[in-house]
Amino acid sequence: MAKVHVTTSINGEPMEFLCEPSDTMLDALRGPLALTGSKEGCASGDCGACSITIDDRLVCSCLMLAVESEGHEIRTIEGLAQGEKLHPLQQKFLEMAALQCGICTSGMLVASDALLRKNPDPTEEEVRFWLAGNLCRCTGYDKIVRAVMETAQELQNQEMRAH
Amino acid sequence: MNLVTNNKWIGQRTIRPDGMDKVTGRAQFAADTTMPGMIWGKVLRSPHPHARIRSIDTSKAEKLPGVKAVVTSKDIVDFPIEKGAVMLGIQDMRWMCRNVMARDKALFPGHPVAAVAATTEAIAEEACKLIEVDYEVLPWSIEIDDALKPDAPILHEFNKFDGKPSNIVGRLEHKKGDIEQGFKQADIVIERTFTTRPVHQGYIEPHACLISVAPDGKTTIWSSSQGQFMVRAMTAYLTGIPQSDIRAIPAEIGGGFGGKTIVYLEPLATLLAKKSGRPVKMVMTREEVMRATGPTSGSKSTVKVGATKDGRIVAAHGTFYLQAGAFPGSPIRGAAGCSFTPYDIPNLLSEGYDVCSNRSKVAAYRAPGAPIGAYAVECVLDEVAEALKMDPLDFRLKNAAREGTKAAHGPVFPRIGYVETVEAAKSSPHYAAPLGDGNGKLRGRGTASGFWFNAGGESSAQVNITEDGNVVVTTGHPDIGGSRAGIANICAELLGIDYRRVSVIIGDTQTVGFSNLTGGSRVLFASSMVVTQSTEKIIQTLRERAAKIWEIDPEAVKWENGAAHPASPNAGQFEPLTLEELAEKAPAMGGPIGAGVQLNTQGADGGFGTHVCDVEVDVDLGIARVIRYTAVQDVGRAIHPGYVEGQLQGGVAQGIGWALNEEYIYTKEGKVDNPGFLDYRMPVCSDLPMIDCIMVEIPNPKHPQGVKGVGEVPLVPVMAAVANAIYDALGKRFYALPMSPPKVVEMLEAPTRQAAE
Repeated sequence: MAKVHVTTSINGEPMEFLCEPSDTMLDALRGPLALTGSKEGCASGDCGACSITIDDRLVCSCLMLAVESEGHEIRTIEGLAQGEKLHPLQQKFLEMAALQCGICTSGMLVASDALLRKNPDPTEEEVRFWLAGNLCRCTGYDKIVRAVMETAQELQNQEMRAH
Repeated sequence: MNLVTNNKWIGQRTIRPDGMDKVTGRAQFAADTTMPGMIWGKVLRSPHPHARIRSIDTSKAEKLPGVKAVVTSKDIVDFPIEKGAVMLGIQDMRWMCRNVMARDKALFPGHPVAAVAATTEAIAEEACKLIEVDYEVLPWSIEIDDALKPDAPILHEFNKFDGKPSNIVGRLEHKKGDIEQGFKQADIVIERTFTTRPVHQGYIEPHACLISVAPDGKTTIWSSSQGQFMVRAMTAYLTGIPQSDIRAIPAEIGGGFGGKTIVYLEPLATLLAKKSGRPVKMVMTREEVMRATGPTSGSKSTVKVGATKDGRIVAAHGTFYLQAGAFPGSPIRGAAGCSFTPYDIPNLLSEGYDVCSNRSKVAAYRAPGAPIGAYAVECVLDEVAEALKMDPLDFRLKNAAREGTKAAHGPVFPRIGYVETVEAAKSSPHYAAPLGDGNGKLRGRGTASGFWFNAGGESSAQVNITEDGNVVVTTGHPDIGGSRAGIANICAELLGIDYRRVSVIIGDTQTVGFSNLTGGSRVLFASSMVVTQSTEKIIQTLRERAAKIWEIDPEAVKWENGAAHPASPNAGQFEPLTLEELAEKAPAMGGPIGAGVQLNTQGADGGFGTHVCDVEVDVDLGIARVIRYTAVQDVGRAIHPGYVEGQLQGGVAQGIGWALNEEYIYTKEGKVDNPGFLDYRMPVCSDLPMIDCIMVEIPNPKHPQGVKGVGEVPLVPVMAAVANAIYDALGKRFYALPMSPPKVVEMLEAPTRQAAE
């Protein structure tokens, strides 16, 4: 079967790629688009290591067909930092040792960013339930939850100072 | 208790050297790399738990367009059983060659029988289906009790136990005193039998590799493992390619926990690459990981403890049967050797039995065997303490191993920190806090302790000063927990420079000297020894260079704050020479500055921990939740406290999963029925509370920075701590893991039967 031509936007850049109709978005990201920051831990939507956003909606890219990105805005871990400037979540993960092996880190950061966009002041319980779709086997989640909450707090404080 | 130091970097929560790559998606894990001309490999696996392989016909697969190579066991170097063991570390190559590819028999569902390389993954998968395997299906057993029945199907006919063919493939014992005499002195004796299920290490990154074999045989392996040297050696053994021709490059490793201390794919991909002349990439699916790699053993343990009225343990007997899976090698050493070790018990017999059965070969899992044994022992100790009406921590203190105690597995303890962990647990805010009202749910608190041996062994490091006066440290151990961060702290401390000027990398097998596995909680212990000695050599060179420039004696030069200074006013008046200045002058003053050290490191002290756990049980739904947890551990010296805490917290989370949910479930046909993260349920973020850590620092006197291994101890006490807490909540004790909702409901609904038993 002929490959399908897809026109989309990845991390704010217009992008075109070819894929099989059955390819997942994760296949396309890791294959033709060479964005290997999104990881495949299970290919069944259970681990969240491939988390991306499509039009600001958090999804597992292993559960989405690549052709479904046509005309939409995709964001991945590679688009989280602005050039040399890390996203506050990335900085906080580094400072608070909220990563060990790093295989879940891309997905954790994308999911945490999606949470803070939706809910800038989450409780611990809200963070824990939001991130329940992102498995981490190294950290016991403690430092991840703390890093997300502290980032939220800092962003809130900045917001208050700005007004 | 904490060390008083004026360290600048040791003990600081610095940014890990590999962190930036990991938070930006740049880090290259095993499956993240490609090579020009790369093709894909796939494995055909046995659908049967036990079957003789009469023949394999690969001709149809070979003819499929796109297929470039097929391999079977005929291509793998054989290690005949009758010729005896060929050991690589704790692995016998006779079993490894049969584990990576079944020879005469397939021994578990998922056992590889052939592998194919093709231009796409889809073609490789299709080709696997075209391989015709003629199986003679045999009876099988998976559970320990089934494998030990007199008429059980025998996996390895050559193996005899008590003179008869048997699935018991090994036994060890540790003995001290005379248990018969000991139990006679006891006022109370409690004996219980426990079972645990196989659980997987659960690393999120599936096994993967990318391998190129050039026409001259030069082989490049890109894979993630807990030891690039292990990958090189095993691949060399199983393919016949000399180690000097194999460059094994360690990718970032997406979790291992012991499960990546052996190879699965690398020998197959190497042979496929050699046959096809193309680089071959292989990536396991999650299902393959669950069916064919790890897990750790399921177990059956019987523990008997006798104590006097005043709370002294006078005798103990433990019998630990552990599933090895398809080939010998279950972690009976950890179960039998660690479980009683926190205690000074005059009369002790601890026995381990290694039992083969038709499931995947066990792989190491964080303190292999020790959590299984500790679960049984620490639950019985809880019962004994209750019967004696003693606080469980006081009971442990009364019987605690201390400096001078002879452990049953051999050593006489040097200064150890076990007592301090119990005392810290006892005086923790957690232990003093009321349990609180569960609002209809039942709450309970449990405690438990644990021990792990910790390892030393071979490590190599090279420390080089760059031409601009900064530092590159190359070590030989994959970093699974933050060891690079610890090494940067230590090297910066010794050189007296900012830690950001020290770049720590993991070398490949052809660029750094032999370094044994990342395992046994040995990496920071061992690699900081070789890095320290290398750095000290460099400091000596720097002093000599400064002395030469100043025309004074090297002994009159001291190294401080990243620069050479005259040691005293008598040495002369000179402006300090910084590392940058000495690096700049290096070409004229004797050449490049660097040093490498290789050691078989000794002096790794065992580690102890004591945990406190609160649970809340929903009696309607049978759901037990851990609501508060404190892990206390003697960590020697926390070089990077953030990553030491990370080890404690991660170990505890794995133990909570093992206690409450995780288990391999098998179908009636002997296949794993839950080979994915949906049905094999590891703890998710919303399952857990914050995990508090109390780091007790009793420095290891045999290590330059006082380091003790910390990675494995934190899993050891957890299942017992959770089980003891659930007992405290319900007044009923589980003797089997996991304590999952259906099992909790079953116990709560059957009160009379429980009493009748």
